[in-house]
Amino acid sequence: MSRARLLQGNEACAEGALYAGCGFFAGYPITPSTEVAEHMAKKLPKRGGVFLQMEDEIAAMAAVIGGSLAGCKAFTATSGPGFSLKQENLGFAMLTEVPCVVVNVMRGGPSTGVPTGPGQSDIMQCRWGTHGDHPSICLTPAYVQEIFSETVRAFNLSEKYRTPVIVAFDEVVGHMREKIEIPEAGALSVVDRTKPICPPEEYLPYDDSQGDVPPMANFFEGYRYHVTGLNHGPDGFPVNASPRIHTDQLRLLRKVEANRDDIARNVEYRLDDADVAVFAYGICGRSAKAAVDLARAKGIRAGLLRPLTIWPFPEAQVAALSARARAIIVPELSLGQILFEVERCSKGRCRVEGIHRVDGDPIHPAQILARIQEAL
Amino acid sequence: MLKGKQQIVEKYEEWETDKVRIRIIPRYCKGCEICVKLCPTQTLGLELFKAKVVDAGKCVACMYCEMRCPDFAISVEKKEAIQ
Amino acid sequence: MAFDYQRYIRGGKLPHIWCPGCTYGTVFKSLLRAIDAQKLDRNDIAMVSGIGCASRLPGYVDFNTLHTAHGRALVFATGLKMAKPDKHVLVVSGDGDATAIGGNHFIHACRRNIDMTLLVFNNYTYGMTGGQYSPTTPYGLSASTMPYGNVDFAFDIPSLARGAGATFVARGTAYHVPALDRLIVAAMRHKGFSVVEIMNACPTAFGKRNKFKSPTDLLLWMKESFVPVEAFEKLPPEKTQGKLPMGILHSREGAPEFCEAYFAMVERLKEKEGTGKP
Repeated sequence: MSRARLLQGNEACAEGALYAGCGFFAGYPITPSTEVAEHMAKKLPKRGGVFLQMEDEIAAMAAVIGGSLAGCKAFTATSGPGFSLKQENLGFAMLTEVPCVVVNVMRGGPSTGVPTGPGQSDIMQCRWGTHGDHPSICLTPAYVQEIFSETVRAFNLSEKYRTPVIVAFDEVVGHMREKIEIPEAGALSVVDRTKPICPPEEYLPYDDSQGDVPPMANFFEGYRYHVTGLNHGPDGFPVNASPRIHTDQLRLLRKVEANRDDIARNVEYRLDDADVAVFAYGICGRSAKAAVDLARAKGIRAGLLRPLTIWPFPEAQVAALSARARAIIVPELSLGQILFEVERCSKGRCRVEGIHRVDGDPIHPAQILARIQEAL
Repeated sequence: MLKGKQQIVEKYEEWETDKVRIRIIPRYCKGCEICVKLCPTQTLGLELFKAKVVDAGKCVACMYCEMRCPDFAISVEKKEAIQ
Repeated sequence: MAFDYQRYIRGGKLPHIWCPGCTYGTVFKSLLRAIDAQKLDRNDIAMVSGIGCASRLPGYVDFNTLHTAHGRALVFATGLKMAKPDKHVLVVSGDGDATAIGGNHFIHACRRNIDMTLLVFNNYTYGMTGGQYSPTTPYGLSASTMPYGNVDFAFDIPSLARGAGATFVARGTAYHVPALDRLIVAAMRHKGFSVVEIMNACPTAFGKRNKFKSPTDLLLWMKESFVPVEAFEKLPPEKTQGKLPMGILHSREGAPEFCEAYFAMVERLKEKEGTGKP
């Protein structure tokens, strides 16, 4: 029987992690995500899990990777400034293919910005924050219930594809309290990393001959293997100036690109016959839904495409939408970032207009409704 | 260990006296001369950047060379240890 | 029988990459003898490194090995250790890796007194990148980024470690090898955060720039500059000029250790809850 609770978004994130089997959290205090850490600090020790507050966000990210290598499902939670600090180690986890989850509760940026206000201007950093070519999976829940389920999904995707997964939601969604149904154990699927079946001396930690996601042994279980941030061969040892580097980089990207249908999730609301569509996620997605209803009440055929997976970007859905809608409106708590992706995928087939607000308050439904009406 | 325990048997040069047996692996030696210079009895010398025993009789098996070789290139065994 | 290093080295990895005369190989052999002396199971050992010449060491050893980002070895290792507190975690780091970019993690690992051993390979320079000065380069000496003589001031790593809370602090050198074996064993056996600064010779990037004509000259400089701490403390002040103590410089047994304190809290909660749920 699922349990109804009134939970804050950040708490729901922590509960989602616990539901997914997480036994390791490392973090550092930062508004507006500290409640995730505080919740884990209360819950993990009671379950024999590891809670670590580290000396900075770099250390927290490193400890999470260490915890995961030792067999724990591990995650960290932060906000803009901490997310910037974690980028190098996030890239390390991508190249060494160590499952982990990074939660970014977004606030006004850049710099110290508006710590207690919502923001969505980190979204490109969630895609390209760390240096080099790399895959990126970033989930964008907009409701407290969704934060719970998307956090579970983040762990599952990170274990299944041996790659870090980012969960990004803005401060408003993170701090708001809503009723939530916590599913009973087993109701939502929980995925664990594939372990090797070969004997230790034959184990190759990055052997892709059987598929793009090599099985992963945990440290200290007899598979004494090597993990390095240098480009490496199937046996985990450094290689340089070798075709292997190119093919391996392609494999790292392919793990996400070739599995979009498994990874991508979008919410379509009254979109089928929409003349004017809104493309929005997070708190903007909620305002957009209200605006769509207001428009429909005025006889305007409006609809909403709300990605739960912002990276990989829903290119096909936006392309199809641009072929049938007259305009796509993109409200963002930034000066326009996802706007460029929507424009890229629309290829000029329809008008694409952004609504931008970075004054520390969410975009209101009325603002979106006004632009829907103008777009007719 | 990967692909089974590969028992590496490197080619080595060997000098033997009634007191001691000295082995040097040319492939590992990088000619840093630490062993040559720190050998208290000038038993060792450098030839074409490789350590060699120039006079095995002088060796007193003090193990300085093996202790300080950074490259696993030289090993010394006292005779009574070998029987 | 001569010590069989091959038992601990991954097949086909020798000769290693370190330059002719670099003493990292000597310290590496000492480390293997120290581990062998403790009869540890290789599956229970993790070796973690950051970036730099010393950081390549884990690649050679047949343990669970992790080569991380510059300066971050200690915090990756903290994650490993907390997840598996009964395992042995060994961190190797250069002077720059540990005390420059890694300085914040260095002092916090000491403060936390988490049960692991940090070996700081101090060769007074950034060797991998060609000889820039580091937080331990002696005042006045030359480096590629201090071509006119270093005007920056150096850490004393043991004092830094002790001041930050490490409960075992030692200094060894690549010249005094038998003593180094013993120091590494003592450090690994100590319960709590152990730091061993190991003075090393970098002939290529440091030695050549500072009038050390050969690797052996660097080793002989070490022989002259480092005095066992018991003897050092008896030296009159004027005799200690240019000399530093080596050996076990600080050791506090029985201090609370972080993993133990954390999991004792977990046990207390379990008893209180009575659930005993894992």
